[in-house]
Amino acid sequence: MTTADTVTGTAKTMVLNMGPQHPSTHGVLRILLELDGETVVKAVPDLGYLHTGIEKSCEDKTYSQAITLTDRMDYLNPLGNNLVYCMAVEKLLGLEVPKRAQYIRVLMVELQRISSHLVWLGTHAIDLGAMSVFLYCFREREEILKIFEMFSGQRMMTSYIRIGGVALEPPAGWRPAVRKFLEMMPSRVDEYEALLTENPIWIRRTKNIGYISPEDAIALSMTGPTLRAAGVAYDNRKVFPYSSYEEFDFDVPTRTESDCYARYMVRVAEMRESLKIVRQAMQKISDEGPIKAEAPGIIPPDREKMKTEMEALIYHFKIFTEGFSPPPGEAFVAVESPRGELGCFVASDGSPKPLRVHFRAPSYINLQALPKLVEGQLIADVIACIGTIDIVLGEVDR
Amino acid sequence: MGLEIVTESSSQKASVVAECLRSWNPQAIAKVIEFRNETTIVVPPNLFRAVAERCRADAQLQFNLLTDATCVDRFPVEPRFELNYHLVSIPRRDRVRLQVELNSQDPVVDSLVSVWPGANWLEREIFDLFGIHFTGHPDLRRILLPDDWEGYPLRKDFPVEGYRDVPTSGELFKKSSML
Repeated sequence: MTTADTVTGTAKTMVLNMGPQHPSTHGVLRILLELDGETVVKAVPDLGYLHTGIEKSCEDKTYSQAITLTDRMDYLNPLGNNLVYCMAVEKLLGLEVPKRAQYIRVLMVELQRISSHLVWLGTHAIDLGAMSVFLYCFREREEILKIFEMFSGQRMMTSYIRIGGVALEPPAGWRPAVRKFLEMMPSRVDEYEALLTENPIWIRRTKNIGYISPEDAIALSMTGPTLRAAGVAYDNRKVFPYSSYEEFDFDVPTRTESDCYARYMVRVAEMRESLKIVRQAMQKISDEGPIKAEAPGIIPPDREKMKTEMEALIYHFKIFTEGFSPPPGEAFVAVESPRGELGCFVASDGSPKPLRVHFRAPSYINLQALPKLVEGQLIADVIACIGTIDIVLGEVDR
Repeated sequence: MGLEIVTESSSQKASVVAECLRSWNPQAIAKVIEFRNETTIVVPPNLFRAVAERCRADAQLQFNLLTDATCVDRFPVEPRFELNYHLVSIPRRDRVRLQVELNSQDPVVDSLVSVWPGANWLEREIFDLFGIHFTGHPDLRRILLPDDWEGYPLRKDFPVEGYRDVPTSGELFKKSSML
């Protein structure tokens, strides 16, 4: 970016380095901004500060071991990452997941979506100077994390969704806990809206900022709330339903303004829709029933069976020493993560370790549109734009 | 089964895509693979960009969203590299995978940035991690790794833990001759 002109000082523009240690980049994103006064002329994102080679590590693990790695990509959506990876492996195996496990998955993933949107709203608001929203959002997020801890023993890196089902039976007392959250949450969303939706400062910081046309958004492969705020109702849960989403009644919120304010409105509306789904999922989950598919040699047997049956013991031993081998082939599965289309591509060569695991990371691909959003805008709006793309650097760099 | 729910049967849809491309150019399709309700269309490398352009622009196909692009290294089998581009048609609610196979001698293919601008970072990532070159790419630089990194880590002949040397003569890590 250092041209001869900028060195000699004859050019009108200057280059400003933003990040990687900048609180508003939500991690370790670095952007080189070329400025003309306060206007951004050019923005060049620089990534890779958090690259940990997760895709390469997956190739050295058995199919079940790799689940724990997926938690650590998009750390605001670990259950969604578990889900997409497990669904891809299940597709390779041709495995059918019991309905009860599918509903439990939907319940967990939707709670995760609310908690991810809460972190987004809180941090985005704090970036733009609304301090109190952050504290409110994290208060409610805490309740969701407590539910996760109840289900899986972990608050964040749950690894709760496993190949063929879920790890554990829902714990005693989960219904009252989720019900309590559902009763509390709608009024809390109203609270956030009361603080922001008609707040003149908020509106001036977000309205007509960071516009992208729907055609450009599709051409740049954007997905998720950012695309839906541009008026394209593309949501994997509706367009390519998975995990029994076709049985749930919910709407896909869209806006047409395609600015930061529209993206905010879409995400807030999505929280309400997710609450609707959680409520339905709670009714659909029966008290009794299988939580794992019946597939000896792939799904670890019950503890009881393992201690009484010879075959079960042998399968248990084989699964945890050698793993299982899906047939050679490739599978691609896409789910709707809070950030957009989260895809997982798994290729098998018939051995117990995957030949290739690739994640279609929505943050990474949406971030590609950042220069388009910010060029020509004021430098203060760069922060609003990064915020509404909702990136998680763990997923961008993988 | 619970995992794949499509309104029409997938094989019908596959035949639509394949027939549409065949009627346009009989050489466009080298092979059609059907696995687990997914359609993979293997395209000869020289026609790759033309086929992609057709997939996007054809009124019957309308694959307007390039959702993912990635590579598989089948070392030591030849052709070694397999590029997979996953396309979505939002109006038609359909998915297809375009695949192109490349030799290890000459891993070069046409870039699809001119067809879908979103291919830019996806191809940069493949270039960065696999060393595939894309002709016509406007900005083919490393994206995740540092610019001075040597080697392509996602290739199968790159060790999982990287090249790590035994500390000698007081140096904690010495740069390997291969690195």
